[in-house]
Amino acid sequence: MQLSDSREIAAPRPEVWANLLSAETLKGCVPGCQEMTGSAAEGFEAVVVQKVGPVKATFKGAVTISDVVDGESLTLTGEGKGGAAGFAKGGAKVKLSDGDNGATRLEYDVEAKVGGKLAQLGSRIIDGFAKKMADQFFERFQQSVEGPVEETVAERDESSQDGDGEAKKKGWLGRVLGSKKDK
Amino acid sequence: MPKDSGIGASPKRREDIRFLTGTGNYTDDININGQTYAWFIRSDVAHGTINSIDASAAEAMEGVLKVFTSADFAEAGGIPCGWEVTDRHGQPMQEPKHPILAEGKVRHVGDPIAVVVAETLEQARDAAEAVEIDIDELEAVIDMKAAVAEGATKVHDDLTSNLCYDWGFVEENREAVDEAIKSAAHVTTLELVNNRVVANPMEPRVAVGDYNRAGDEHTLYTTSQNPHVIRLLMGAFVLSIPEHKLRVVAPDVGGGFGAKIYHYAEEAFVTYAAKVLNRPVKWTSSRSEAFISDAHGRDHVTKIELAMDENHKFTAVRTDTYANMGAYLSTFAPSVPTWLHGTLMAGNYITPLIYVNVKAVFTNTVPVDAYRGAGRPEATFQLERVIDKAARELGMDPVELRRKNFIQPDQFPYDTPVAVTYDTGNYDATMDKALEVADYAGFEARRAESEARGKLRGIGVAHYIEACGIAPSNLVGQLGARAGLYESATVRVNATGSISVFTGSHSHGQGHETTFAQVVSEMIGVDASQIDIVHGDTSKVPMGMGTYGSRSIAVGGSAMVRATEKIINKAKKIAAHLMEASEADIELKDGAFSVAGTDKSVAWGDVTLAAYVPHNYPLEDIEPGLEESAFYDPANFTYPSGAYICELEVDPETGVIDMLNFTAADDFGNVINPMIVEGQVHGGLAQGIGQALMEACIYDENGQLLSGSFMDYTMPRADDMPMMNVDHSCQTPCTHNPLGVKGCGEAGAIGSPPAVVNAVIDALHRAGHKVEHIDMPVSPARVWKAMHG
Repeated sequence: MQLSDSREIAAPRPEVWANLLSAETLKGCVPGCQEMTGSAAEGFEAVVVQKVGPVKATFKGAVTISDVVDGESLTLTGEGKGGAAGFAKGGAKVKLSDGDNGATRLEYDVEAKVGGKLAQLGSRIIDGFAKKMADQFFERFQQSVEGPVEETVAERDESSQDGDGEAKKKGWLGRVLGSKKDK
Repeated sequence: MPKDSGIGASPKRREDIRFLTGTGNYTDDININGQTYAWFIRSDVAHGTINSIDASAAEAMEGVLKVFTSADFAEAGGIPCGWEVTDRHGQPMQEPKHPILAEGKVRHVGDPIAVVVAETLEQARDAAEAVEIDIDELEAVIDMKAAVAEGATKVHDDLTSNLCYDWGFVEENREAVDEAIKSAAHVTTLELVNNRVVANPMEPRVAVGDYNRAGDEHTLYTTSQNPHVIRLLMGAFVLSIPEHKLRVVAPDVGGGFGAKIYHYAEEAFVTYAAKVLNRPVKWTSSRSEAFISDAHGRDHVTKIELAMDENHKFTAVRTDTYANMGAYLSTFAPSVPTWLHGTLMAGNYITPLIYVNVKAVFTNTVPVDAYRGAGRPEATFQLERVIDKAARELGMDPVELRRKNFIQPDQFPYDTPVAVTYDTGNYDATMDKALEVADYAGFEARRAESEARGKLRGIGVAHYIEACGIAPSNLVGQLGARAGLYESATVRVNATGSISVFTGSHSHGQGHETTFAQVVSEMIGVDASQIDIVHGDTSKVPMGMGTYGSRSIAVGGSAMVRATEKIINKAKKIAAHLMEASEADIELKDGAFSVAGTDKSVAWGDVTLAAYVPHNYPLEDIEPGLEESAFYDPANFTYPSGAYICELEVDPETGVIDMLNFTAADDFGNVINPMIVEGQVHGGLAQGIGQALMEACIYDENGQLLSGSFMDYTMPRADDMPMMNVDHSCQTPCTHNPLGVKGCGEAGAIGSPPAVVNAVIDALHRAGHKVEHIDMPVSPARVWKAMHG
């Protein structure tokens, strides 16, 4: 399955870029991530717990960063093995460009693939699942880059939709102002 | 007045008492003291190189006895293939090794890599998670035509390509067929898919291995349709265990449909592991596992051309088929698209020239083998679909076009141009019967009524023939079979007159215990309750080729008749002695022997007792005891045939099909138990209609089976089935077996798919939608798309 989307992040490109290469940021952004170690250069090791339809599993795997064009684009590739549950593989081509008002435009093309029991039992729901995973990842990434307020909001994004929007708006404005100051 | 016992009666199935009350003895019910549990670790990629397997952590876990990999089977042979097909150029098929556990590479999702054996199933399962397997995924080949394209990734590196064989039949007719098609007045062409299906018997596969060190004796309990064949294949080719040290038991088996014919790796594994560990080892398939380890069925892609002269007489048939073998050759896989398919391409019709080309292809998918009908449904589907299309093109009634080309009753025995000789049949009779039962003449009124409700009503006709009662050994030997296809029976009469019949046929739902007893009861005249049918155990039954190819009553039943005849002959000698009469004057009727023309008689029990207490006995002429065996090798296949009519409605808004009724008028020759035959036809129809409307294996481009559970793989349910009108009053008895029986197990699955699809196309055409074909399963989405472009 493939999907493409984009979002505006209220932060300057160098900051967004640095976050893309940060194990700490990625750990916070990969939905269900329990552990994430390593570095952008060496690759990351990750443990992710996810439930896909009827199959819940702990995926152990690696995340690598490749095709790096400094400050502009890179490819994030992840592969997780879930034992009897099968495996999940995914990749995201991420491209950064200058957005409006000093924000950064982040475009991504995501490809996801599952195998084994996940494919056998969960194929009907896998597209929706992959979209949800990608949306959550970039949502969290955006919030992580834009500021700590949003991180806490992200924790309760389902219970308070309005608050979420409100907080995001503020954060975004703050960031834009902040980045203007930086300039 | 219908009979209440013997041949032609419909007593209730005696085996149902245990099946319906939960007292059956299935393989999973067998638990042996000290039993351990095997958990198979299977590939989750369709194609890959195994870099390493590290089982050290798993082997250290509590309860784990051992983790097996291919290294443990270095001495064992591969899983053998039972049929060698010779290609168009006289070369043998390409035959890859099929290891018990993957050696270096995995070739389909579900391919077993390693097995954990532990004290409990839970421990085995947990430890399996700790086995570290490093696999580099390789590109998978899934599509058959892509698999044989230049430069395609190879499923087996040591083969020259993914082409197993390129088979031509009848090769000598190739040019003549081309010429006939070129010069024909009319040629109808159709391209179609015979969809891949999973058999899904209610009982998944199970295997329990046991080993007795004292006697070096192996026992395998397995869900098999043919325990002797498993003993032969596994003993001789895989594990090198001689027959006298290997017992194979297939107790109650909950359905097979073909998928339990084959010798599977799990059987060899538990048998071998039980010896290595000196503990019984049990494996029970989960439903998920069954989807990716039971042999699948069908999976043909075909182009068929039907040539006719100006009088609408068929002049030639040419077919071009790709048949999926999957990743390895399952036991009988090569025979299915060839000898069980090409030989049926004449159908019920006079067609002087036929050429069938089949390319069998390896792909990174689960192996494909025989499934209820095996090759014959594929032949029937394409032929009956193309005839329907031809009738439409010619503006003819499809029934009339068929009748015009039927082989006539006075032409039997009829030599087809595709190597088989039909012994009997009367196709107009079955067609007449089906039209009558289905009220074909009244269709237009029913259609108008449907139309008034906004529904598109259609009627589809198909006529099938099949070759079953498999099979003359010398013939199949010439065609590449590596086994004989006779059957055996032993009839043991006990001292007090009760009878145990040991048959090589295996019953996994067919009701042999009832029908076989009816036959012996009829022959001897003792009550069926005095007759026991024993099957499924190599230590009890002398030899058996098992049950498939609708062969049980035709071949196994014939062996039983021959053995019973020997019993009767011997019993008559004893009776003659007891009554001091000439053996030639002895008559057996209703369980008593009498001297013709006198009132002298002795009861069955007097004779059987004399055989075992031979105080007054012709010891100088015959031995004591009353037990006889017979092997029966059929002189020909039997050829059931029938006319099937499907009537349905299509909802034009949604494409949803409402099956209204289905008529099956079959000619099975003589019928032993009409109720059981009707049930067999019902089951066959359910599977045929399921294939036509619902069932499909969907592989993605990476070889993942997406329809791998009952959430996505649509099994037909009772409420998906229409009213079924089953008639078997048209009977042209088989000419070469003693009971005059044909076979009824597969017929329903053979004749029904084309009748269903013909009915859908008919409904659409009558409503002005010029749709020529919809591939199975004919889902609402496909119907709607066909209607709306």
